[in-house]
Amino acid sequence: MKTFSIGGVHPSENKLSAGSPISVLDLPKQAIFPLAQHIGAPATAIVKRGDVVRVGTKIADATGPVSAAIYSSVSGKVSKIENVVDASGYAKPAIIIDVEGDEWEESIDRSAELKKDISLSAEEIIRKIKEAGIVGMGGACFPAHVKLMPPPGLKAEYLVINGVECEPYLTADHRLMLEKADEIMVGVSLLMKAIGVKEAFIGIENNKPDAIAIMSEKSKSYTGISIVPLKVQYPQGGEKQLIDAVLGRQLPPPPAIPIHVGAVVQNVGTAFAVYEAVQKNKPLFERVVTITGKALKSPSNYLVRMGTPMSQLIDAAGGLPEDTGKIIGGGPMMGKALVSTEIPITKGSSGVLLMTKKEAVRGEIMPCIRCAKCVGVCPMGLEPYLLSNLSAKSNWERVEKELVMTCIECGSCQYTCPSNRPLVDYIRLGKNVVGGIIRARNAKK
Amino acid sequence: MNLILIAVISLGVVALISAVVLYAASKKFAVYEDPRIAQVAEVLPQANCGGCGFPGCSGFAAACVKADSLEKLNCPVGGAPTMEQVAKILGKEATSAEPQVAVVRCNGSCENRPRITQYDGVKSCAIAHATYGGETACSYGCLGCGDCCTVCNFDAIRMNPETGLPEVDENKCTACGACVKACPRTIIELRPKGKRNRRMVVLCVNKDKGAVANKACKVSCIACGKCVKACPFEAIEINNNLAYIDPIKCKLCGKCEPECPKSAIQSFNFPPKKAKPTTEESTPAATTAPVAETSH
Amino acid sequence: MANKFVISLSPHVHSGDSVKNNMYGVIIALIPALLVSLWAFGLGSAIVTLTSVLSCVFFEWCITKYILKKPSTIMDGSAVLTGLLLAFNLPSNLPIWIIVLGALFAIGVVKISFGGLGSNLFNPALAGRIFLLISFPVQMTSWPQIGQISSYIDATTEATPLALMKMAAKGDATALDKLPDSLSLFLGSNPGSLGEISALALLIGLIYMLWRKIITWHIPVSILATVAVFSGIMHWIDPTKFASPLVHLFTGGIMLGAIFMATDYVTSPMTHKGMLIYGVAIGVLTVLIRLFGAYPEGVSFAIFIMNAFTPIINTYCKPKRFGGAGKK
Repeated sequence: MKTFSIGGVHPSENKLSAGSPISVLDLPKQAIFPLAQHIGAPATAIVKRGDVVRVGTKIADATGPVSAAIYSSVSGKVSKIENVVDASGYAKPAIIIDVEGDEWEESIDRSAELKKDISLSAEEIIRKIKEAGIVGMGGACFPAHVKLMPPPGLKAEYLVINGVECEPYLTADHRLMLEKADEIMVGVSLLMKAIGVKEAFIGIENNKPDAIAIMSEKSKSYTGISIVPLKVQYPQGGEKQLIDAVLGRQLPPPPAIPIHVGAVVQNVGTAFAVYEAVQKNKPLFERVVTITGKALKSPSNYLVRMGTPMSQLIDAAGGLPEDTGKIIGGGPMMGKALVSTEIPITKGSSGVLLMTKKEAVRGEIMPCIRCAKCVGVCPMGLEPYLLSNLSAKSNWERVEKELVMTCIECGSCQYTCPSNRPLVDYIRLGKNVVGGIIRARNAKK
Repeated sequence: MNLILIAVISLGVVALISAVVLYAASKKFAVYEDPRIAQVAEVLPQANCGGCGFPGCSGFAAACVKADSLEKLNCPVGGAPTMEQVAKILGKEATSAEPQVAVVRCNGSCENRPRITQYDGVKSCAIAHATYGGETACSYGCLGCGDCCTVCNFDAIRMNPETGLPEVDENKCTACGACVKACPRTIIELRPKGKRNRRMVVLCVNKDKGAVANKACKVSCIACGKCVKACPFEAIEINNNLAYIDPIKCKLCGKCEPECPKSAIQSFNFPPKKAKPTTEESTPAATTAPVAETSH
Repeated sequence: MANKFVISLSPHVHSGDSVKNNMYGVIIALIPALLVSLWAFGLGSAIVTLTSVLSCVFFEWCITKYILKKPSTIMDGSAVLTGLLLAFNLPSNLPIWIIVLGALFAIGVVKISFGGLGSNLFNPALAGRIFLLISFPVQMTSWPQIGQISSYIDATTEATPLALMKMAAKGDATALDKLPDSLSLFLGSNPGSLGEISALALLIGLIYMLWRKIITWHIPVSILATVAVFSGIMHWIDPTKFASPLVHLFTGGIMLGAIFMATDYVTSPMTHKGMLIYGVAIGVLTVLIRLFGAYPEGVSFAIFIMNAFTPIINTYCKPKRFGGAGKK
C-alpha cells in the first residue's frame, strides 16, 4: 500500500459522521459573505445596500489574477456591507444579505440529470472555473483556476485528485465520493481536459473502503482515471505528501510548485464544484460541511449555502452541547479555533468540530526531553524542536537556515510531543518573521 | 634533577612555539580599527539595546566616528550628556534630541474590557496576535502577554497583574524603543517627555467604528470629536475613527481630558486636581498650569 | 458570557503521550532485569536499589523545593529512573553512604545544576557511576558471587568475566579458558553490577520499549552490532588474547548501556543518522577500552564521551529533508 516517504502520524480517526448521508440544511435568515475567503487579494463588492440579489447572483468580483469572485447563495436584499469577525478572528469586510424566498438565477441548470458530454475547449473550461469563483475546497482555498494555468515552459503530466481526507473527524469528501461519484468523475475529466493531461489519479485512504469501491467502479467508464488506495497516514492530504504518495515524486522546496514535478493537485470537492460550474452553470455558493464532535447529539454532513452562520448548522445537528470548550473550523489537526458560533460558512469550511471543555485545553507544558519524536514524525524532514527553540529565542537567521519556510504546519510534531510543547505556535511565529525578512530582502534586490 | 630538566625544556619549547605562532597570527590577521571607536564606545552606556538604530554600542560608536556630523545620531539611553562626551572625543558638534519616554496607549484593563474568549496558546503577544483578535472584543488593544516587558533591557516596563496591562517606569525608561518594536499592535509609542514630564495622551488605538469600539471597551476612543472641538491649538486629529494628540502641537492645556465621554484621554504628571466631580472647577485649574509653564 | 471558548492555534488534538508515560515505560522495561538481580543478589540488590531510588528522589525534591524554590518535579518519574539506573550500575555489596553520595552527584551536579530535566549534558546515572568508580575504585570493582540471597556487604566476591578478559588481553593465556560459557552469560548467572548480569532480561526490556515506541532501534542495534563486529575481528586475529564477540556482548554493561544508558533521550542525538554515528562510536570506544585500556569495562566511559559529542552531532547531522530541501 502506498503512502508518503517521510514521517507522519496516525491520530485516532473519529469519523463519527461517516455513516450519515448528506442532507440539505435550511436557508438562513441572514447570510454573511466575507470578502476575503480565499488566498490572495480579497474580492471587491459589486453590490450596495438595498440591492436585490438572487441565488447565484455575483456579489463580489475577483481583484487581480489571484483572487476569486463571490456569489450569493440566497435571494433577498443586501442589508449592509460591514466588518464582521470571520474565521481569522479579526473583523473584516463582509456583505450581509437578508434572505427573502429562494429565487434562483435562471441560467442555473437545477435538474438532477448527469451531463457527461464535454463540449467546451480547455480555455473555456478554465474561464468558467474562474468565473464561478471556485477555490481549493480542501481548506487552503487557493483559487482553482490559477493552478490550471501553469507558468510558461512547464507542462502538467498528471492530475492528482485528493480524496484522502486525512484530517480526523471530517467526512465531507468521503460522503461526496459516495453520493456524487459520477459528478466527480466528470469534474475530473473536465480538469484533465483543462490542463491537457491523459492520466488522473484519485488518492483515497484505505479507511474508506466503500468510497474506494464505488469510485473504482465508476472510473471504469471514464478514460484515464484510476483510483490509488493509500495507507492511512496524516498529513497525506498535504499537496506535497500526496504527490509523493501517488507519483513517488518529491517536490523541491518553495518556490517550487507541484507543476515543477509535472503534477496538478485538486480536491474531490473542487472536482465536484468544477462539474457543477461547467456543466450546470452553477457558480460556487454551496458546499458539503461536516458537523461533528464527541459531545454532539448527531454528527452529520450537510449541504450548506455559504454565508450560513455555524450556529444554524450546530442547531440542526442537535444543538450546542453544554460543555463545549472549543469550536474548530476545519479538522482538529489544522483547523482554526473560532471565537463564536456566529461565524459564517465559507468556501473553505470543510467541517465544524465541537470539542468538550476537557478536550479543548492543552496539557501542561513540560521541558523538552529531546526524545526526538518530533524529528521522527515531521513529514518534511525538519527538526521541530530546534525550529521552535530558535524561534522562541528570536534567532531568525538560524531559523531560516534550518529551513523553517518548508514547514507545512501540519502539526504532527506538536501532536506527538510528550512534553506538550507548543512547537507549531513558535514555528509559525518563525515562519511569519522569516517570511517578512525574505520579502524585505527580495524587495531590496 | 634530570626529570626536572626535561620538563622545563619540553614546556619551554612548547611555550616558544606557541608564542611564535601567536605572534605570527596576530600580525597576519590583524585588523585595523580606528582607536576612537573604542574611546567612543567607552563613554556609551553599553546596554546594547539597539535604540540608536545600530547593532549594539560598538556599531553606534563606529557610526559616530564615520559620520561627518552627529546630527542624526543619538543615544537615547545616555541622552544629551553622553552625546556631548562623544562629541568631545570626536571634536564634532553635539546636537541634543528631546528626551522621550514610552507610552502604552491602551487602558483596556480586565475591568474595562470584558474577556469573551480564553487564549490557550504560548504566552507571547506576537503569537497571540497571529492567532486572532484577542481575548476581548477589541482587536486593536493590548494582548497582555508581555512581549514588551521581555525585551526591555532596563526593567522599565512591567505587567501589572491587576489590570493585565504593562506599565512604564518613567525614571527607568530610556526610550530605546525596544518595546515599540516588540508590540505587534503598535500600542506603545515614544512621545516627548514634555515640559515638567507632563503629557496628554489618547490611551486607545482602536480603529473600529464608534459603536463597535464602545461595546468592546469602557475606555475606548469612539471618535466622537469632542476633544477636537475643545482643543484650542488644533493639536488633536481624528483619523480612522481614532483621535490622536500631536505632542508637538499640544500645549498641555488639559481642556480635552474632561471633554472625553469615555475617559480615553489621560494626563500624566499633572498636579492633582482639588475637587474632581465638577468640570468647572477642574478646567481653570488645568489651564493655569501651562500658562505658568510657557511664561518661563 | 456563559461560554468562553478556548482559542489556540492548531493542532487541537494530542496523542496523549507524556513525559511520565515515557519515564514509567522505561521503568517497566527495567523490571525483568530487576527481578533477575533480586534472584541473584537478594538482600544486597534490594538495599542498593531502594537506597539509590529513594536518595535520588529525595535530593531532587530537596533541591527543587529549598534551593530553586520551584514546583517539585519528582512526579515526572525521571528521578526514579535515574535512581534505578544508577543502582543497576553498582555492585550489590556497596555501602549505603557511597550510594547516597553517587545519587547526590547524579541529581545535584549532573542533572539539576545543568538545568534539570531535558537540559543535562550527561546521563546523570552514568555520570554518577563514573564518579563513584573513580572515587571508590576498590568498592566499585569487587562484585559478589551470585546466589547469596541473604548477604549484603559481607558477600564473598569473585572475579568477573570482564576481569578475566582483561587478563587475557594483557597476555595471560589461560584466562580465557576460565570464562563461563555464553549461555550462562546470556541468562545471567555470573557476577557483575546489579542490573547488567542477564542479557536476556535486558533484551526483553528492549523489545518492550521498541513495542511501546519509547525508543527507536538505531542506538541499541548500532552499538551491539559494532561491538560484535569489532570484537569479532579482534577475536579472529588472535583468539587466545581476545574473547569471542558473544562473550563481549553478554558480559559487563554492554546490554545495559546500549539499551538503557545510551538511549537516554536527553543525552543522545536527535536524528536517525546521528543516532547511528553515536552508536557506532560508542561500540568502537567500548571495545577499545575493554581490550587496550586500563579499565576492564568501557561502556560507561564510551557513552560518557559520546554524550559530550551529542551537541556537535546534532549540529551537523540533519534529517533527510523532503524534496532535498537545503541542498545547494
